[in-house]
Amino acid sequence: MDSKRRDFLKIAGLTAIAGIAAPSAFNSLLKGEAVASEHGAAAAGAHGAAAPTGKRWGMVIDVKKFTENPGLAEKCVSTCHTIHNVPDFGNKKDEIKWIWVDSFKHVFPDDSSQYKKPEALDSLPILTLCNHCDNPPCVRACPTQATFKSKDGVVGMDYHRCIGCRFCMAACPYGARSFNWRDPRGKDANGQPFIKAENPKFPTRMRGVVEKCNFCTERLAIGQIPACVEVAAQSKALVFGDLNDPNSEISQVLKTTFTIQRKPSAGTHPSLFYII
Amino acid sequence: MTSPIWFKSGDAGKMPKPEKPKDYTECVAPTEFMRTSHMVLLNQWRDDILREDGARTGKTPNGTEYVRSLQNGCMKCHSDKKKFCDTCHNYTSVKPYCWDCHLQPKEAM
Repeated sequence: MDSKRRDFLKIAGLTAIAGIAAPSAFNSLLKGEAVASEHGAAAAGAHGAAAPTGKRWGMVIDVKKFTENPGLAEKCVSTCHTIHNVPDFGNKKDEIKWIWVDSFKHVFPDDSSQYKKPEALDSLPILTLCNHCDNPPCVRACPTQATFKSKDGVVGMDYHRCIGCRFCMAACPYGARSFNWRDPRGKDANGQPFIKAENPKFPTRMRGVVEKCNFCTERLAIGQIPACVEVAAQSKALVFGDLNDPNSEISQVLKTTFTIQRKPSAGTHPSLFYII
Repeated sequence: MTSPIWFKSGDAGKMPKPEKPKDYTECVAPTEFMRTSHMVLLNQWRDDILREDGARTGKTPNGTEYVRSLQNGCMKCHSDKKKFCDTCHNYTSVKPYCWDCHLQPKEAM
C-alpha cells in the first residue's frame, strides 16, 4: 500500500512538471525562431538588399538659371496658381501659396557658411514649393489622414477629409501649407473674384481647409510633367524625374552636381534639391 | 393648423424626373445602382485614384471609355446640374457639398 502511494506521488509529480515545462519549452523555441526571422528582415532592410522599386518623383532647382532669366520664377508661380485655382486674397496674412519665391536666408535658415557666403546670395530669389519629403512630418501630424504619402513619393491631400485643424501647418518645417481663412470662391471689396480665371478641369477648395502643392499628380497621371517644370523647360532651370531610376536626367544631375536640400537637419529627406 | 398634413396625406408629391443626357445611352454602371449608390462610387473613385494610384479612366460594359471624375467625367454627359443632380437632391432634401469645391459646367450655371 505504501509503495503504491509512493508510486502514485512520483507519477503525479512528473506529470505536473511535464505539464508545466512542455508549453514553456515550446514557447521559448517558437520565440527563438521568431527573433531569428526578425533579425533577418532587419538586416535585409538595413543593407538595402531590396532596391527601391517604383517611382519616386523629385526635382532639382537651379537657382542660377532663375537669376539669368528674371521673371521666370514668377511665371512658374502664376502658371501653377492659375491651373490649380489658387486664390489670390491680395494680402500676405491670408496668402495661399503652392509655389513661391523667397530669399536665401528664409529658404535656407540653417546655412552654416557664416563668413564665407557671397553677399549676392542674400538677394537671390529662390523658387520653393512643397518638398514632398520622404519622411513627411505633416502626414504624421494629420489626425484624419487627409494628407498622405503616395507610392510615387508625392505628399498628397484629400481636401474632403481636411478638418482645418492646421496641425500639418505647424508640423511642416518649410511653410509649404496654406490655410483658407476666407472663401476662395468669394470676391474682394471691389467685386473681383479671388480666383481670377477658374480652370474648369480642376476643383477649387473651400473655406477652412489647408492646401498645398500636389506635384501636379493630375498631370503626371496623364504623362505630363508638372506645370512649373514645363514653364522652365526651355532654360532647364527645373529638372524633374524619377529619383529611383539611375538613368533618369535628375539622377544624372544629382550624381554630377553638388546640390543642397532645405533644412536637412529636420530629417525629413526632401525630394527637392537646389543648385546654388 | 394640421390641415397641410391632412390635405397632402397619401400624396408623395411629384416624383422628380432628372433629365438624362441625349447623346449617351449608357452610364458607367446600371441605372438602379447609380440611382442608389452614385455617391459611394464617387468616394471609391476618389480614394482609389488619390491614395492607391488607381486608374483615372474606366470602360463601360459596351466599351466606351470614361474619366473617373465628377468634374471631368460625370458632368461631361450630365452637363446640366440643375436638370439632373438638383431634381432628386431637392426632392429628397439632401445637400451634398460637391459643388463647394468642384466646378460645374459653365453653360449650366
